[in-house]
Amino acid sequence: MLISALLIGITRALVGAAPRWQGSAPSPAQRIYFANHSSHIDTLALWSALPRDLRRHTRPVAAADYWNTDAVRRCVAVRGLNAVFIERQRSEATKDPLAPLTEALAAGDSLILFPEGTRNLQPLPGPFKAGLFHLAERFPDVELVPVYLENLHRCMPKGTFFPVPLICTVRFGAPLARIAGEDKADFLERARQAVIDLA
Amino acid sequence: MSAQDKFYWLMGGIGAVLLLSSFIGWMLSRRVQGDSGRDVVDNLNARIKAWWIMVAVFAVAFMLGKMATIVMFALISWFALREFMTLTPTRPGDHRALSVSFFIAIPLQYALIADEWYALFSILIPVYGFLLLPSLSVLAQDVEHFLERAAKIQWGVMLTIYCISHVPALLLLDIPDYAGQNALLLFYLLLVVQLSDVLQYVFGKLFGKTKIAPVVSPSKTVEGFVGGALSATAIGAAMWWITPFTPLQAAGMSAAIVVMGFLGGLVLSAVKRSLGAKDWGSMIQGHGGMMDRMDSVSFAAPVFFHLTRYFFTP
Repeated sequence: MLISALLIGITRALVGAAPRWQGSAPSPAQRIYFANHSSHIDTLALWSALPRDLRRHTRPVAAADYWNTDAVRRCVAVRGLNAVFIERQRSEATKDPLAPLTEALAAGDSLILFPEGTRNLQPLPGPFKAGLFHLAERFPDVELVPVYLENLHRCMPKGTFFPVPLICTVRFGAPLARIAGEDKADFLERARQAVIDLA
Repeated sequence: MSAQDKFYWLMGGIGAVLLLSSFIGWMLSRRVQGDSGRDVVDNLNARIKAWWIMVAVFAVAFMLGKMATIVMFALISWFALREFMTLTPTRPGDHRALSVSFFIAIPLQYALIADEWYALFSILIPVYGFLLLPSLSVLAQDVEHFLERAAKIQWGVMLTIYCISHVPALLLLDIPDYAGQNALLLFYLLLVVQLSDVLQYVFGKLFGKTKIAPVVSPSKTVEGFVGGALSATAIGAAMWWITPFTPLQAAGMSAAIVVMGFLGGLVLSAVKRSLGAKDWGSMIQGHGGMMDRMDSVSFAAPVFFHLTRYFFTP
């Protein structure tokens, strides 16, 4: 609790992270928030922009090969953010890499996901990985909310250690419509476009 | 009357004015008709509410003493620089220079005030910042718009750190027969600047016809400026008893503050427009961002500081 409050305080002092609910309103409905990814502050910014009662049931998805490597990062991820770890490199072919995410969704939690899979140097997102599509298929009732994080590529671009405090607005769009029978590539492109439209 | 008593009188007076404003705002909100009128009154009430909060924050910092006041202005510089750099296009090559501006220049500039090291305080940003910030950027080997980028960063740090830090720097001045009362002088500066802004707004809304600079700032009118400037100068003269000045000197000082504040508002409005924005930010309800409130202060503070230093310190 204390760690969370501290993280939110630091995030607000650095980047503001004021929410702008453009296409959807804050709601306790189960959701997957998916956003563009350009800095280490992204997760914190999106999470801080959510109202407190939603935050309790919203778990960011974090790369295990980065966030689960030393005690400080693990403490931030687990104790501060209640993160779900995902393996980016599949170790065993038989193991489902999305298993921790489906477990969290099955338990009724919402997720914060960066479908590009890695940080991008550009303000607009690159191609999305398939995870979002598979989760959407398995959980047809979960709302898929696109989010655009403004300015964060300038705050702490890949490769820099110190952030530059710039104001980041967190824009929440309308939930993505579900189209029956849509194939993976079309769906992922449509989801990416929904984030771009908020820019 | 001791400095403490003067401070309480001052706070009482400001509280009374705010109470009256809140009452007028409440009356207006009950009587107003039409959408555009409703917007003006809602904005007015949001502004009055924000004033209560700003005055409360300032009062607490003043009562806590010198350190708290310095820290408060360091935070104001932080938020102002954040707004300035958010709107200013920079490139990844500027990252180091920007980090240094926030994490080194701001703490250092204010630490120099706390340490009373005037000589370095007055040149830190115009000399060392001017030379070293572009030197940091140049290491990134990106020459695209290099001069523009360096100039914009220098402008941002001059305005939001150097200029604004001249408000708490008033605490440094050794004014004969005024020892221990410098905090009141700081209060005086802010009071006259902000009153002038508010009165120009009020006179402009009531009598404004002739626009001064319609391209830069459509809300500034000759009637608003003259009415606001004269009344703010008059109030500034009447407040001479909290300053080391005679009533006539206080009038002159107020006039300087009012004119510089007006120019600051105008210049920063042009900067804002050239960056393609209407407000600097949205931190302060009804007012816009921190820089929308500090624009006139940033121009008035260094001039008021130096006028006081030339004429009232040995």
